[in-house]
Amino acid sequence: MNTSLIKAVSDRFPAAVSATHTYRGDQTVALRPEFLLEIAQFLKEDPALQMNLLVDVTAVDYSAFGKSPAPAFFASSGVAVRPSTQIPDEDPWPGPPEKARFAVVYHFYSMHHKHRLRLVVPVPESETELTSLTPLWAGADWLEREVWDMYGIRFSGHPNLKRILMYKEFEGYPLRKDYPVNKRQPLIGPVN
Amino acid sequence: MENSPSFLTTRLNEAIGWAQKYSIFQYPFVTACCGMEYMATACSHYDVDRFGAGLPRFSPRQADVLFVVGTISHKMAPVLKRIYDQMADPKWVVAFGVCTCTGGFYNNYATVMGIDTIIPVDVYIPGCPPRPEMVLDGLMKLQDKIQDHQSSGRRAEPEPRPEVFEV
Repeated sequence: MNTSLIKAVSDRFPAAVSATHTYRGDQTVALRPEFLLEIAQFLKEDPALQMNLLVDVTAVDYSAFGKSPAPAFFASSGVAVRPSTQIPDEDPWPGPPEKARFAVVYHFYSMHHKHRLRLVVPVPESETELTSLTPLWAGADWLEREVWDMYGIRFSGHPNLKRILMYKEFEGYPLRKDYPVNKRQPLIGPVN
Repeated sequence: MENSPSFLTTRLNEAIGWAQKYSIFQYPFVTACCGMEYMATACSHYDVDRFGAGLPRFSPRQADVLFVVGTISHKMAPVLKRIYDQMADPKWVVAFGVCTCTGGFYNNYATVMGIDTIIPVDVYIPGCPPRPEMVLDGLMKLQDKIQDHQSSGRRAEPEPRPEVFEV
């Protein structure tokens, strides 16, 4: 099990790392939000890491996590809902952040070293704001706009934080778990 | 007897209807994966040109039939309405694929539950995506409608949508 990237981050920023996790070669570091920009800069500029590609930024709403069973659809469909037991999970997932409702997830890749790292940053509902990574990766622009559009998480320092997928008349954030699943906000035509 | 159309004009209208149904200029409003099946239908293997519909026009002013191919989102809905309004009469609308017919399996914040909530639809071709044979079948039904419209001078009203829509 390769944990070299986790080790590089936690050795440099021991106060910032709250949890780590490896699964089938994917390395994950959970951070405290105030260290995000500093660690991102380290990941990008350190010669041994050189994470020059920000693959994805997304978020998770944990407000309904564990409160209802998985839909019966998946259980009956034959799709494996549990990880295979053939490859043991040596370093189990630490679970959702304790108090924060959201977690913003960053995926980094190094074109030079061909390695990946995932950062998980908890965002509490009382202060849904994080530092923007647009000064470091221009590609963060649209990805962060999507997270703002779907989850309502602000990114301070973003040059153009407005909706990217939905229209500007849309109210609310559709991928939050408290957005009603059948709620429609049509621009024209009936609500159906 | 003065009000009933004469033999000559009814024959003429039938001839015009025959000409119209074999010279369909379509506007493909392609938004999603159904477009692949639309292209398969339009290409030589199924050869939509046999029905005189082989020449798509990418200007709504020059088109007779609006082919709505693929999921319509609420963000796209005003654009579709505008395209429909820009087309000159007589015009026809084909809902291609189950998403345009009813919303399909998308039952969420983003998707219009059937384009007939926005614009009138003449022919529904369900399927995810529909086979080219179904598309050609729908096209022939549309040809019948065009012929019938010219022959009788009347156009069949689209089916009204139920007031309450159970989801």
